[in-house]
Formats: sequence, structure tokens, C-alpha cells
Amino acid sequence: MRAIGYVPRKKATQEDYDRIGFMSGLEVHQQLDTKQKLFCRCPAGIYQKDDVYDAEVIRHMRPTLSELGEYDGTALMEFKTRKNIIYRIKNETTCTYEVDDTPPFPINRKAVDVAIEISLLKKLNIVGEIHITRKQYLDGSIPTGFQRTAIIGVEGVIQLRNKTVRLIQLSLEEDSCREISDVGHWRIYKTDRLGMPLIETVTYPDMVNPDEVAEACQVIRFLNRSTNKVRSGIGAARQDVNVSCRGGTRVEIKGVSRIKWIPELTHNESFRQWALLHIQQELLKRIKKPGGWKMTSMELDPKEFDFRSRPLKGLRNAGMKLYGVSLPGFLGILSHFTQPGKVFADEISGRLQVIACIEKPNMCTHDSLRPMEGEETYQRLKKRLGSKAGDAVLFFWGPAEDIPTAIETIEERCRMAFECVPNETRKSFADGTTIFERVLPGADRMYPDTDSPPIPLLDEDIERLGRNLPTETMEAYRQMKAWGIPEDTYTYILKNNLFPLIRDMVVKHKEDPVFAGTLFGHRLKFVEGHYERAPGFRYDVVAKTLQELKKRNIGADLIKNMLPVIYQHPKMDVDSLLSSVDYRPMNEQEVLANLDFLKKKFASIRRKQGLDAEVNWLMGQLRGSAVGNLELRALKEKVISS
Amino acid sequence: MGEDFFQGYKGAALQALKKFNVRVWGQAKIETSRGNFVGTVLPRSENDDDQHIVLKIPTGYNVGIDIRTLISMQETGYKKASYKIPEKEFPYTKGLPRVKLIGTGGTIASRLDYRTGAVIPAFSPGELYGAVPELADICNLTTEKVFAVFSENMGPAQYKQLAVAIGREIENGIDGIVIGHGTDTLHHTAAALTYMIKNPPVPIVLVGSQRSSDRPSSDAALNLMHACYTAGHGNIAEVMVCMFGPTSDDYGMLHRGTRVRKMHSSYRSTFRTLGDMPLATVTTRGVEPIKSNYKARRKDTSVTILPYFEEKVAILYYYPNMFPDMVDSLVDNGYKGIVIAGTGLGHVNKPLYPALERATKKGVAVYMTVQTLWGYVQMFVYETGREMMALGVVPAENMLPEVAWVKLGWALGQTQDLNEVKKIMLTPMNDDITPREPYNGYLIYQGGVPEVEEFIKRFRK
Repeated sequence: MRAIGYVPRKKATQEDYDRIGFMSGLEVHQQLDTKQKLFCRCPAGIYQKDDVYDAEVIRHMRPTLSELGEYDGTALMEFKTRKNIIYRIKNETTCTYEVDDTPPFPINRKAVDVAIEISLLKKLNIVGEIHITRKQYLDGSIPTGFQRTAIIGVEGVIQLRNKTVRLIQLSLEEDSCREISDVGHWRIYKTDRLGMPLIETVTYPDMVNPDEVAEACQVIRFLNRSTNKVRSGIGAARQDVNVSCRGGTRVEIKGVSRIKWIPELTHNESFRQWALLHIQQELLKRIKKPGGWKMTSMELDPKEFDFRSRPLKGLRNAGMKLYGVSLPGFLGILSHFTQPGKVFADEISGRLQVIACIEKPNMCTHDSLRPMEGEETYQRLKKRLGSKAGDAVLFFWGPAEDIPTAIETIEERCRMAFECVPNETRKSFADGTTIFERVLPGADRMYPDTDSPPIPLLDEDIERLGRNLPTETMEAYRQMKAWGIPEDTYTYILKNNLFPLIRDMVVKHKEDPVFAGTLFGHRLKFVEGHYERAPGFRYDVVAKTLQELKKRNIGADLIKNMLPVIYQHPKMDVDSLLSSVDYRPMNEQEVLANLDFLKKKFASIRRKQGLDAEVNWLMGQLRGSAVGNLELRALKEKVISS
Repeated sequence: MGEDFFQGYKGAALQALKKFNVRVWGQAKIETSRGNFVGTVLPRSENDDDQHIVLKIPTGYNVGIDIRTLISMQETGYKKASYKIPEKEFPYTKGLPRVKLIGTGGTIASRLDYRTGAVIPAFSPGELYGAVPELADICNLTTEKVFAVFSENMGPAQYKQLAVAIGREIENGIDGIVIGHGTDTLHHTAAALTYMIKNPPVPIVLVGSQRSSDRPSSDAALNLMHACYTAGHGNIAEVMVCMFGPTSDDYGMLHRGTRVRKMHSSYRSTFRTLGDMPLATVTTRGVEPIKSNYKARRKDTSVTILPYFEEKVAILYYYPNMFPDMVDSLVDNGYKGIVIAGTGLGHVNKPLYPALERATKKGVAVYMTVQTLWGYVQMFVYETGREMMALGVVPAENMLPEVAWVKLGWALGQTQDLNEVKKIMLTPMNDDITPREPYNGYLIYQGGVPEVEEFIKRFRK
């Protein structure tokens, strides 16, 4: 850790990120809110439980040639894994298109329109003709083995608070299956989400620190939501985050579903790469001719070593083979820091799991073996392998048929350690660490979709769609700031696309902007966290109720008490709402009628001296009947002056 | 002829490319009223419009540029892509059977052609080995491309050519034959080869794919493996169609060439045996016969090839209120045989009778099949059926309409004698007519019924 100058994120400064050359870009996915899927007429947005299904289909994915006459790297790796892919199908959400037994129907034009609208909002250059492309995925997440996807626009920009971030492109694509499980050679998916329209916004790697990545992601999400034509909820927006450090490689962290995880993930990934580069330098110092480096492996008989603890003890009964590997010159490398709580050996273990399909724990090193079996057993194993000083050794196990791939995988990963940071996609965990997911695919996995004709986009269509664009996010941000709305409400407001509503309340109905902003950003947010939302609840019900109160000359403050009721019973009329919060109309005199009595009462029960204590207590007693009748500020003045 | 720099471009788009001196495969910077674009200019499908230029942008995606928005274009580089399937020499393994793969076109193994968007077959053993290396564990494969036509363009001339080529291979002592074929008319060819190749000593397996092999989920590789296994190791020496049993990557089914039909326009498991059970299932672990009355593999190399076919034979698919001129026009155009796909048990309307009578009197062979596909023609049940038989219309039992069409063409290719033709037509061959229909021969399940749903969930993978 010290060797590479690792700094925890809380302590990291821009200088730290500049030192390691932090660089990051985003691929933000957002589901569009259409009734039907993108290339078939199945309903979108209906989900199934893992174990509720009508049928299963089994498939295998084979790599195919790219247009340049080569197999794609990921493709070959996925093929090596020999996964059996099972799709669990529910008739309601899946037709023969999803299981690749019917060619695509014409593209959902509503989805195209929304994608164009969002592209215009991001100032992208709209293409003249949409070409449906097949993007290969051999992990089985799409039964065809490819995702149908199409570029809508290229070269745009988004505005952060203090920076402009460039966009590479925006594409419209079909969403993939949801994974149920992935154990050994069996991976199970469900097809409910498959085929739903999704847009992907790709930025240039313009972000230079983890917080900036999160901010850019936030802005893209707000822009998408500002159209009101996208889906919200878990999984409706997800992002892949690309990270590298100076001298490193673009690594893609897949499917990050929460923006708040981004800073920790990108921080750790940049330092993981920095650590791998350090390992590379260390190895190159030790081994002069990396091209001639070779590891040795050997099958070991578990009986010979009389293991005490699992899993080594149970290997034979589980039908597993045990192998030992000597890595010349790697002494100490396997335990080299990579991420918080992770070492280089974890890089190998992760690949064994994914590529050779051997479930974890699938290997051990000196560090993990010694506490279980003792130093003496370790030395015997090492001797049996014939390892020399300066060698690192590791032991792995798995079913006989997976051993050749496993050996190849270990050697491949160790060779990469001499060369660079491997090109890969990684899966994220909530603690901010990542594991190997697969080899990062390149541009050579794109094929034209021979099943779909190109779709021309005419100037008049684009003009029509450009006429009613919502306010751009950063503009909304600036306006709210100018109005003095507190900043801690912005995320809630923009996330739920409430700016147009608040703008109407302020501009048309002359509401106080701070009141309107905090009504949603503080009060409603609290209510959302504590009560069940009724299906019919819409934000404009709040604004309409507020207008009604004003019409009746009832103070606006009362709406705050009503929020939980509106949230749970949005169809309730105003009279019922008023009685539900025990509102009784009173004039100022009536509200203050008991003031003298209360003052005397307080004098008899008071425990604290001072005016503040008295005023606070009195306000507490009178607030209930004052709300809606007398502004609290005015009430306070009366109490103080009485 | 010089190199075509503008593959597939025409009209206005071609003019634009020429005006700015930009070639296909040229890297271009393009300025338009919608903003700037960079990428490689790709060939355009000839059937697409002349208003767009196709560009592969650096991220690998293709986009179209509307030439009406074009301001300027500049070629900054040029890199022509060539399509090549990695070719590795097909390894010879001693002890494995020798299988000949005969190519006819179709999409058994293929790559994409950008100009037309079409799929171009890959075929040499080396190319196939590059695409499906597992084949080397199954057999020693050699290949021969007899011709290259799309399935829908296959016809009598190709049937004959194919039969002769197969005969030659058998005489040379091959262990099994695989024929790669487009799926649309796979069953027509299968029937034709059944009739034209008499008593083959080895399996003759027709195979295709429903998802082209340029897709990762293609059924081509597995179908090819199953077919090669059947041809090399299987014991059934008949003409068979080998395609997916279920839609899952699981087992293949072997169907008799005379009872098989394509039953879905796009499903993988589109081929079904009708009115009977399929011959067998196949995986790379073995061929599992379902029927026991098949012709077994022999050690000799003798075979009789009967490459005959009369082209003037038609299928008439009856519909209500059909006018007699439909029949008349066939007769007047010199057709020698008509296979009617009649309604129900084998019926057409009364106004057609005089036309049918005229046809048979003129020496046209008229046979009746059923458009229900399942079941027998039974012309004794109703008076009308008997009347039609009296006019000379011959019921063709439970022969499938397409099979009857092939058989009639083949019979008329051998003889003009209608009695002789009738003898050939009604003599069952490879179960084109079966003496009885098993209870489980007719199986079309209706989804939604509880027991069917239960079956689908448990077994239909």
C-alpha cells in the first residue's frame, strides 16, 4: 500500500489524482418509458420473480467472425467457459422474438422519438439515418448473442457546475436479460426486461476525479428525467464507469446501479491499476526476458499431504483435482496490494471463476494456506513442486475437465502482469471494490443487423421533436440558485423532474420559491421516506391543492401537514383533506384567545428561565390552530410582543 | 474492369461521393448541417435509397449521413477491409468415418457481405474447421460445392445433379453424406433425393440452419455436428433431414425425407415429421432411433440413381369458389401432372368437375392430397368424392402435398403411361404413404390448456 502511495478516498486530493493520472468516462443507461418493447410488441416494464416462469430454453453462445475477419477477444473467452445458458420465460412478457426464434419487428418509433429528444437536449449531432447494429454479447445476457443497438447522435456536451463534459454518442438499444444465478457451468437468466428500450449516453474520459464522475452521472440522469419520458425505479438507470490511471488501461466497471457508489469505485480502480503498474515494474526488474517466462504446474495427490481443513480436505470426495503452480520470480507478488482488502492473487482467483468456471474458493497461496494447514505442510507442497527461491507458488483445484482452461488462465494472467493492466470489465460491490467479469470487448464486435433496414431521420422530424425541449439541467440549477432555494433540495427536485412544476408555482402562481423548493425537497422527501406512496399520486396534486388553499384564503403552511395524507390518498378532495388535518378556520383573535391563559400556565410549569423557552413553548401550544390561519412568523411576533 | 470504389452507391449519393473524392473504405471527415461526423465510408446495400452515405464511426457503430445535409467531405485515409474466415487445415484422424459435405448454397457456415447485407457461405473444410472445430472429433470431412443457389431457387435440375453427385460418392466408398441446404425447400429436396437414390448403403443427411452462422446463437454449428455424426456414425441408411428437435441447443431430430415439412417461418425447431414419428434423435453422443423399421447401413457401395423429373407438374391449393379456369390454364399450358391440395378429406367444389374431367381426358395425371396436412384422403365418405374419382382424380392416401408433387414429377419423368405412373405413385416408398397412422402421429398442442402448460414448463426446453 505504501509502496504505491495509496491514499484513502476521504484523504485524497486533486493532487493525488493528478499524480496517478486519474481519468474516467461514463456510459449511462436509461430505460425509456414506452408501453412496448423495442423490436417486438411485448409489454415493457412487467417483471417476473426468479422462480415463476412458464418455460425454459437452453442455449450456448459461439464466437463468430467480425467483419475484419477476426474473432473478438471476449468472444473467445466466453466460448472457453462453455456455459450452459438457461432462459426462464414468462409468456406474458416474452414472445418468440426474445428467444431468437423470430426476426425483429419494425423498431418502436416512440422510443426513437424519445431518444432523439434526449439527444437534442445533450446537443448531439443527429444522424441522417439510423442503422441497427448487432453488438455481440457472448455471456448469454441476450439470447441472440447480440444486442440490437443504433446510434442516434454523436458529439454532444453536458454542463456540470464548473466544467463542460463532452459526449461521444447516444445510442438506442434493447435491454438485456436479468441474471438469476451463475454457478459453475450454468447461468440462468429471466427474459422479462429483455428487449425494453434503453438509451446509452457515452462521455469522453473528461472527468479527473471521482466526485466529478458522480456529478456528470447525476447531470446525465437529470437530463434524461427532465423529458418525463423515461422510467424510474430500481434498475431503470444504470451506468458503466470507465477508469484508467496514467500508463493504465481503460477498465469498465459494469452495471453500477447507484451514483453514490461511483466515487469509491473509481478511486479504488485507479489505484488498483496504479498497483498493477507497480507490480509490472517490480517483475521487469526481476525478470530480464519476460518473453521467455514460463510457469510450471503439476497435479498433486491430496492423500499425500493429509489436509486438515476444508476445502482441501474434501477435494477428493468432491471429485476435484488438486494442482500446484510455480511462478518463477513472483515471490511476494501474489500478496501485493491491489484494492482495499484485496491482493494480486485475487486477480487470478477471479479469472479462474469466470473463465474456467471453478467456483470460489478455487485456489490458495502461502498467505491463505499457512493458517489452515501450517507452515510445514506448505513447505512440503512447495518442495513437491520443486519450486526455487524467488518463486511464488499457488494451489488450485477444480473438476478434471476444467483444469486445462484453469492452467491456461493462470499463465495468461501472470504473463499480462509483465505487459500492462489487462483490458477487462469488472463487477462492482457496495464496498467499492471490484472483481473480474470478462475481457473488455473492442469495436470489432459490431456487425450490421441484416434483419433491419436503415431508418432515415428527416429534418422536419427532428425540428418537430426539438420544439418542446425541457429546460436544460444546469439552467434549472442556476435558476433555483438565483431564487435562493437551498442546494440540498436540488438532487430530489431534478431527480424527480420537479423543476417545471416549481417554476410554474413561482412564475404563474407567485409562490415563494424557497417555500416551493423546500416543500418538495425537504418535506415531501421526508414523507416519501416514511409513508407508502399511493399509485395515483402525482406531484402536481400538491401544487393544485396549494392553489385551492390560497383560493380559500387558507395559509400555505397547512399544505405541509397535508402532505402525508395527499401522498397516501391523492384522490381526496380539499374539504376532506382539511378535516383530516383537523383544520378549523379561525381569525387572528380566535387563534390568540388562549394566549393569556397559556402564559400563566407556563409560568407555573416552567423549568427554564428566559424568553426563548417561553416563546418556544407557547408557539408549540398555538401552532396547531394557527397553521392555515395565521402565518407562523406573524404568530411569533404576536407571542413575543404580548 | 477497374476496381469498384463506390460499391452499392447510386444516384445522388454516388454523385456526392464522386464530388468530394471519397471512396468506399475511405476514412472521411464529414461536415453537415447537423454537425460533424468522422468514420469509414462503408458499401451500401443496393436496395437502399440513394440519399444516404453509410459511415462506420470510430466506436464501431454504423450511421447514415443524409446527403441533403452535406456541406463538405474529405478523405483522410483509406483502409479496405477483407473478409476472411480463418482457415485451418482440417485434421485427418485415423479411425474416424469419412464424411462428404456437399454444398448447395444456404447458410450452414457463413459470413456477412456488406454490399448486399447478405450472408455468404463459408465452405472449404479449412473454413469449416475454423468455424466449427468440433467437427474434427466426429469425422474426417471433405467438401464439394455442387452449385450455389438459395433454397427457394432449388429445382428439378439441381435435384438431378445432386443425386448423381451423391451416387458417385457412394460408389467411391464414402461412409456418409451431408448436404448443406437452405431450409425453405429442404423438404422438397429431401423427398426428391429419396426417390432418385434407390437403396443407398449409407446415411444421406440434409441439414440447414434457421439462424445464420454469423450469429452467436446460431443453430448451424450444432446442426452440422449432428448431421456429421449421423452421416458418419449412424446406422440409418436413408435420406433424412437433420434439424433441431426443440428450440433449445439440445438434440437434433432425424426426419424421413418423405414425411418431413417446414412448419414455422422462423423457429429453430421448424422441421417436423407429419402423420408419423420422426426416425430418431441425435446428439454428439449418438443416434437414438425412435422408429425401428429403418433401412440399416450396409458395407457395399452399390446404389441406383434415378435422376428423372418432369417439370410440368403443379400443386393446386384449393380455395372456396375456385374457378375452373385455374385447372384449364394448367392443362392449356401443357402441364402433365396436377397435385390438388383439397379441403377436408380431399374435396374441391362442383364447378371444377368438368375442368378436372377435361384434364384427365387429355392425359393429365391428377392426384388428390389434403391441405390439412395430417390425415388421409378419403374420397368414399361423400358422394362428391366418389364422383371425382370417377372423373379420374386419384387419391394419394396420406402423402404430403409437396411430397406428392415431387413424386409425380419423378414418376412422369420416367414414364408417360398413366397406369405406370399410378403404380409408382401409390406404391409406398420410405413411408411417403403409411398403411396406418399411429395415435401419436398427430400432435398439435394448444398452449394455454393447463396440462399443456405443465408439459411445456417441465419438458419443452
